Amino acid sequence: MATSLAPPRPDPPAAPARGRSTSHAARRARLRRRIADNATAYAFMAAGIACFAMFSWYPLVRGIVLSFQQDNLITPPQWVGLDNYHHLFADPLFWTAWKNTAEFTGLALLLGYAVPFVIAVLLNELRHFRAYFRIAVYLPVMLPPIVSVMLWQFFYDPGGGLFNTVLRGAGLPTSQWIQSPHTAMLSLVLVSTWANMGGATLMYLAALQAIPGELFEAAELDGAGIRDRLRYVTIPQMRFVMLVLLLLQIISTMQVFIEPFQLTGFTDPSTITVMTLVYRYAFAVNNDFGLAAAMSVLLFAVLAVFAACYLRLTRETDR
Amino acid sequence: MTAPSSVSGPESVPGPAPATGPAPASGPAPATARSTRPVRATGTRTLISDQDLARPRHRAVYFAVLTLTVVLFAAAFLFPLYWMATSALETPRQFAAQTPTLLPKSVHTAAYHDAWTQMDIAHFFLNTVYYAAGGWFLQLAVDVSAAYALSKLRPVLGGAVFAGMLASLLLPAAALLVPAYLTVSDLPLLHISLINSPWGLWLPGAANAFNIYVLRRFFDQIPAELLDAASIDGASRFQTLVRVVLPLSRPVLAVISIFAVVGMWKDFLWPLLVLQDPDKQTLSVALHRLSTSTTQVPPTEMIAGLSIAAVPMIVLFLFFQRHILSGLSAGAVKG
Repeated sequence: MATSLAPPRPDPPAAPARGRSTSHAARRARLRRRIADNATAYAFMAAGIACFAMFSWYPLVRGIVLSFQQDNLITPPQWVGLDNYHHLFADPLFWTAWKNTAEFTGLALLLGYAVPFVIAVLLNELRHFRAYFRIAVYLPVMLPPIVSVMLWQFFYDPGGGLFNTVLRGAGLPTSQWIQSPHTAMLSLVLVSTWANMGGATLMYLAALQAIPGELFEAAELDGAGIRDRLRYVTIPQMRFVMLVLLLLQIISTMQVFIEPFQLTGFTDPSTITVMTLVYRYAFAVNNDFGLAAAMSVLLFAVLAVFAACYLRLTRETDR
Repeated sequence: MTAPSSVSGPESVPGPAPATGPAPASGPAPATARSTRPVRATGTRTLISDQDLARPRHRAVYFAVLTLTVVLFAAAFLFPLYWMATSALETPRQFAAQTPTLLPKSVHTAAYHDAWTQMDIAHFFLNTVYYAAGGWFLQLAVDVSAAYALSKLRPVLGGAVFAGMLASLLLPAAALLVPAYLTVSDLPLLHISLINSPWGLWLPGAANAFNIYVLRRFFDQIPAELLDAASIDGASRFQTLVRVVLPLSRPVLAVISIFAVVGMWKDFLWPLLVLQDPDKQTLSVALHRLSTSTTQVPPTEMIAGLSIAAVPMIVLFLFFQRHILSGLSAGAVKG
């Protein structure tokens, strides 16, 4: 209450002493109730706060601290300053991993960003079998990722795999797919796109359906052909969704792990990525958790830039 | 970690409104089905108008494109699944011969049977069901009560707690992998290791900001008068939550439950790290281990294992298609 901070004043004669004491008691009762209410609220939130503190907030701090330490879980951690970072920059695999991750992200954007958009524009014009299209494109997204990747591992088999069998049947040249350093990265991108494009396609489709039809009618009345309508109505109307999905896709593809991990392992320099290198440092070679943490911190810093863009973008449009 | 939504911000979150409302109509409406002319059922127009398509030449192009798209979608998205289900019905010898046959010449269920028993897929399947069920329950219990407190009890500093939780949506799961692993292998203060324990999946999974965001937004729309009425009737906060709030929240609870189960079933990297004992592994991790182990598993058995791992997700999708797709597209419409 606003009056509670005011200095005590002589009571106006009209206010009897009894009334003052009850308001005092009421205030104290209210305070007690507020404390009790807060205690109840925090009791409801306790488990959630504990889980977040333990598995989200604390690991964030610990990860940064760890990147300046040497820790193998056996001997007690030691401060090593910037040694982990120096070590990283001196490791040729570090640069290879970043180069490969950039290549994967670039290829995944070329395929996984453009293809869903084109498909969504097409699907939005089709008047039949709409449920079928939506279910089909989203089915791979539902599969456990390891199932998609292992299934494609069979397809990629250079001898009797499905792809080469079909290519041979059609009289086309076959490929070594994941077994050749030239095509390995593209093969990883292909399976990743197949498994993940359903989400982006359906999000584009929903955004397309939200474009007011009058815009197309007006453009048509002005004599705009299909190509012009696509260029001056569809694409400008879709700009926001396209930008959001671009950022989300960059953030998720840079964390690629399961495709290289299952198909080419974490030693092959032609496909080692940032996350498989983190895995290699921490869990495969010599449990160098400090080195892995330093690598994670760098990945985090890069992704934070995109996350910040995403936040700004969505904030701006919220207003 | 276990949160599949770690890279998606609030924008891609299904709000309570689309979850409560009737799912958007999908598929051709009766009008379209009856006429052979390509007419849009909903009446909204898009890039190409219905009148445009009414012209004979355009109609021919439309049906050609439609047929091509139907076939391409079948080849690209359905055929791989069909191949997976039927390759496991071949004998290893037929599989090795690789004569592409659309229909298996003879059906052998031996691979499925051997995968289920000899490869012990049954065991890993049950493990995964157990982890998914426990994870689902814990996520609901922890996140519903936290969101209820944040929305309806509005404690001091509740806003800061909520912001802290939401901030974790922006943390890429990959960046936290190593420190989270170290945390789970030796919990701070308690010094308990959750390695090889289902709690190592469940507790980090309960820290799910996506759930809390969606639930809080839904609870915010429940009128305060309803809760006041309950408390005048003498209900405690907990009773109000269970008897008033939860029954009203069925649609949003359904969406969260589906995402929780799907997330637990699909997760790979985190269970790979936490469940090191082969006996305790999830189906995904076990399939990976079997594929890299030195003992040769016949490919047909391996493919049978893949099919078995995929079936629950496909069934879930076909049953809850509306929930999953409307939840997904709600975010995009907002923009």
